[in-house]
Amino acid sequence: MATTMVKENNSGPAQLLGPESAFERTLYPYVTGTSVVALKYKDGILMAADMAASYGSTLRYKSVERMKSIGKHSLLGASGEISDFQEILRYLDELILYDNMWDDGNSLGPKEVHSYLTRVMYNRRNKFNPLWNSLVLGGVKNGQKYLGMVSMIGVNFEDNHVATGFGNHLARPILRDEWHENLSFEDGVKLLEKCMRVLLYRDRLLWFELNSIDSVNGPLV
Amino acid sequence: MDLKAPHSMGTTIIGVTYDGGVVLGADSRTSTGMYVANRASDKITQLTDNVYVCRSGSAADSQIVSDYVRYFLHQHTIQLGQPATVKVAANLVRLLSYNNKNMLETGLIVGGWDKYEGGKIYGVPLGGTIIEQPFAIGGSGSSYLYGFFDQAWKEGMTKDEAEQLVVKAVSLAMARDGASGGVVRTVIINSEGVTRNFYPGDKLPLWHEELEPHNSLLDIINASGPEPMHM
Repeated sequence: MATTMVKENNSGPAQLLGPESAFERTLYPYVTGTSVVALKYKDGILMAADMAASYGSTLRYKSVERMKSIGKHSLLGASGEISDFQEILRYLDELILYDNMWDDGNSLGPKEVHSYLTRVMYNRRNKFNPLWNSLVLGGVKNGQKYLGMVSMIGVNFEDNHVATGFGNHLARPILRDEWHENLSFEDGVKLLEKCMRVLLYRDRLLWFELNSIDSVNGPLV
Repeated sequence: MDLKAPHSMGTTIIGVTYDGGVVLGADSRTSTGMYVANRASDKITQLTDNVYVCRSGSAADSQIVSDYVRYFLHQHTIQLGQPATVKVAANLVRLLSYNNKNMLETGLIVGGWDKYEGGKIYGVPLGGTIIEQPFAIGGSGSSYLYGFFDQAWKEGMTKDEAEQLVVKAVSLAMARDGASGGVVRTVIINSEGVTRNFYPGDKLPLWHEELEPHNSLLDIINASGPEPMHM
């Protein structure tokens, strides 16, 4: 084991304050997940992500779940630093818990969760201490489908199909061409599989698991 | 984006679950640059009676994290009235690693046995991710073991099989990694308690291109007359 060496700090303004300042600054990711791809289909949302977490260029962990269901209506997929994703899940746990404790019959839907995540990500970015993730939030509530994305700097939007990381470059062109309203479940899965196959060829992907939410049955894995 | 690729954490550490408990293993080299500061260090540190942690990366950082976690776990055990679970220990390690990720440089493997879940191994790499695994490897020497474990690992090993696997793996890594070396230490934790084992260099198998060790040149010379060198 090496004894501690003073770490080199790359961010500009913080250098003026010396190596150990009162607040934190821009970090770098260590254990990361790659792309997530999602689309709306006739009855809900389909989302796909692989199960690998890399450490630099090594594929270190091969059975990490990068998609988790949030409350009764939503599904969250994340790429980027896994420790930050785990922390986000803890925040969302607390959010959903407090929502349940109202015991008023209402439950947070995907739109609300997306809004919450956007605020968290943007506020962290403002403090120069981002959560190093790109998040995909999809779900169905009262028959209404919702699919949104938040980046680590707080950029957020809603669309019929979204992707993170490499998926932005490789999957979105395919989705733009071939997505249409009222995709059946089978067609949706086939389209998602097509995107994942391209990512498998061209990205360091390993294995994929597919999650879907539809209006009738709730989250399926 | 400044993606820092994984940097050397001079060590080989391993944690493996078996049918009934866990086996933790590590080398014993602490290096400061090119110099070996301690060639017989103990990198497997006790947190509670039933939970131990393998330390890699900065010696100071891993020691201080262990010390804090031991302190918190002690209080937790008193409050709880029974031994802490491995999951709690691992999550405490994660909390410290994650919340201080800017300042710490340490990768840890938490392993132990509790009555609820049996033997469990949790990896807490740089950054503070927590990941439960049937086996975990860490440190610079682990780079040489990914392929080995992909092939040699299997579910439901016995205690002896697991320990032999760990010793073999650590000694393989020590053979190739300059930052790992010394002796192999193992700790076995199960329902019956904790067993510490020690494997000095002469008890370890020889690998490719390694030569038989001798205590002195004189032993070879006097043994059976000078042999001519041959290729």
